[in-house]
Amino acid sequence: MLKKNVLMAVAVISLLIQSNTAHAALRIFACEPEWGALAQELGGKLLDVTVATSALQDPHQIQAKPSLIARVRNADLVVCTGAELEIGWLPVLLQQSGNANVQAGKLGNFAAADFVKKLEIPTQLDRAQGDVHAAGNPHIQLDPRNIALVASALSTRLQQVDSANAGQYAQNLASFSQRWQQAMTRWTAQAAPLRDVAVVSRHKAYVYLYDWLGLKEVAVLEPKPGVEPTASHLQGLLTSLKTTHVRMTLYSAYQDPKPSEWLSKNGGIAVVKLPFTVGGTDAAKDLFGLFDDTLARLLVGANTK
Amino acid sequence: MKSTSISSLAIALGLTFSPLTYAASSTPTGAAVVTDNAFNPAMSLILSGGYTHASQDPESYRIAGFDLPKDAEAGPGTRGFSLSESELDLSANIDPWLRGVANIALGSDNSISVENAYIQTTSLGHGLQLKAGRFFSDLGYVNSQHAHAWDFADAPLAYQAMLGTQYADDGVQLTLLAPTDQFLQVGIELGRGRSFPGTNTNRNGAGSSAFTLHTGGDVGDNHSWRAGISTLHTKADAQELSSIDANDHEVINAFTGITDVWILDGVWKWAPNGNATRTNFKLQGEYLRSKRDGDFTYDTETSNLTDAYTATQSGWYLQGIYQFMPRWRMGLRTERLNSGTPDYASNQVNMTIPTDDARKHTVMLDYSPSEFSRVRLQFAKDYARGDVVDNQMVLLYQMSLGAHGAHSY
Ligand SMILES: [Zn+2]
Repeated sequence: MLKKNVLMAVAVISLLIQSNTAHAALRIFACEPEWGALAQELGGKLLDVTVATSALQDPHQIQAKPSLIARVRNADLVVCTGAELEIGWLPVLLQQSGNANVQAGKLGNFAAADFVKKLEIPTQLDRAQGDVHAAGNPHIQLDPRNIALVASALSTRLQQVDSANAGQYAQNLASFSQRWQQAMTRWTAQAAPLRDVAVVSRHKAYVYLYDWLGLKEVAVLEPKPGVEPTASHLQGLLTSLKTTHVRMTLYSAYQDPKPSEWLSKNGGIAVVKLPFTVGGTDAAKDLFGLFDDTLARLLVGANTK
Repeated sequence: MKSTSISSLAIALGLTFSPLTYAASSTPTGAAVVTDNAFNPAMSLILSGGYTHASQDPESYRIAGFDLPKDAEAGPGTRGFSLSESELDLSANIDPWLRGVANIALGSDNSISVENAYIQTTSLGHGLQLKAGRFFSDLGYVNSQHAHAWDFADAPLAYQAMLGTQYADDGVQLTLLAPTDQFLQVGIELGRGRSFPGTNTNRNGAGSSAFTLHTGGDVGDNHSWRAGISTLHTKADAQELSSIDANDHEVINAFTGITDVWILDGVWKWAPNGNATRTNFKLQGEYLRSKRDGDFTYDTETSNLTDAYTATQSGWYLQGIYQFMPRWRMGLRTERLNSGTPDYASNQVNMTIPTDDARKHTVMLDYSPSEFSRVRLQFAKDYARGDVVDNQMVLLYQMSLGAHGAHSY
């Protein structure tokens, strides 16, 4: 029986090692849809992109399910947010994948947040303050200037990992950057009326958006990061909002709209659902659509009486 | 100051940061200020405890038809208030090739034990991983999970009866993840066989071996699953077992021989759009079958009669856990064992075969104020003794302090 167990394992293991599939396209494992979409922009047909999560899932809380472990096992490049956003699940995927090339610190591991200036880096780390993100706020994708920074870093990385196609990646980046700059000029002009508009957020997920557009966050529905809004906290907010002029309350596609809707109804302020990432709304089909739709929704919210 | 504390934390938490690349990539402004503490392992402390009410004396706990070692961790534990298993977990990369993990269990009886202490490769590649040291075997589904990750306060009866509650051994493990989109993992373990159903003995070579195979995947956006088959082979030498004999006396018998355990396991999870934050459901079940073959000594203290022995026994459990709103979950578990008809040869006259199968039904409700804390209330009707019911109530807290843990499927 002991010998049988060993033989069985050796047979299966050698069989599986030999069946190592040859793959032409570079295999990308993107933790969130925005990075999958960006990789698609920069690599196109050269890449085979798997996106681990959807816009309807909470990126803080994803299950390290078998299908994801298998995808990381076969990935050439893992593209994630980093800054501890995926701390509850990505370490398990990396560890169980047995893929040496995508471990943190390796060329095959790309963390977008490493390439932007992070906001809200806590000076004090204490879980009494909720599930604080120790490396700073990781929700960097809603500032298009960050997307531009990450795009050039990701293109560089693609060129390193897949040097045979470096020229094509560089060309794709040039084309994307040009279109992105034009779009940013348009968005910045469109968003002018949003400057200094006071808003309430569902989670501390929009600081980079506010930093870009000059929106003012006056309150957050979560009493502490990662803690669901409670009735008493909402009641307290409602009272304090009587004295401030708040125009809208924002939540993301993956979140339960009820607390925001309650505040909207009782406080008489607009409620705005943001796609948050690619796929969060029908219009947010790609990165351009994500910002087009985010701005359109904010402008509608700001103009609602 | 700010950057120092955050970088040391990043090292502590980023389980696989290698120091060299860290210094190069994360400190564009200059060299990292490295103190001795910066390379401390990620540390977390699990604090657990509670209150147990049992209508039968836990001292008299036994599982009908399954003879267990005298010190087996079966049953509801101590009555009244007590610490449950609290635990100190440490982990860090050792160098660019290896990672180390230790879990030190702190028992309510002031005992400290090494639950896990192993090293693991991080860069073999090809889906291969090698582990060495003391670790929970990959057998089945709940075996490799830490007790604080279980959905009930106790292990299924089948695990208590056939795997010594949770099978951990000293040895080596090699796992391979297939290069396919379908999750397919095989593993082989060779060990000392130090714990039930094996025994700790003075011998060269391996006293136990295990083979595990798991596969899994998704069905649409809402469903995911994992299923597996595993087998464990152990040797026992003069394993002392506490039994009730034909005269209704408690005796110590001994078993010398081999045990093969086969396990089928399956788990299926549902979450709307794959978003488990608000509501989700988990269905989980395992079937265990154990075959013992060797010599049985009746009453080692007085009669000391030895003859051949074979027994084939089995058991299963099925449980469902439903998170019906954020932070709140309820669960139901039902389980049953079949002690079979052991063949004691000439010792048959000294032993009885119970007429009632061990079975148990458990319900639980738990509440998690945050990702780091949980309180659970559990009720069980435990017919493990066969004929009498033990009504159990457990109120339990489980807290996690320190490094943010990542959770396995
Ligand atoms: Zn967050």
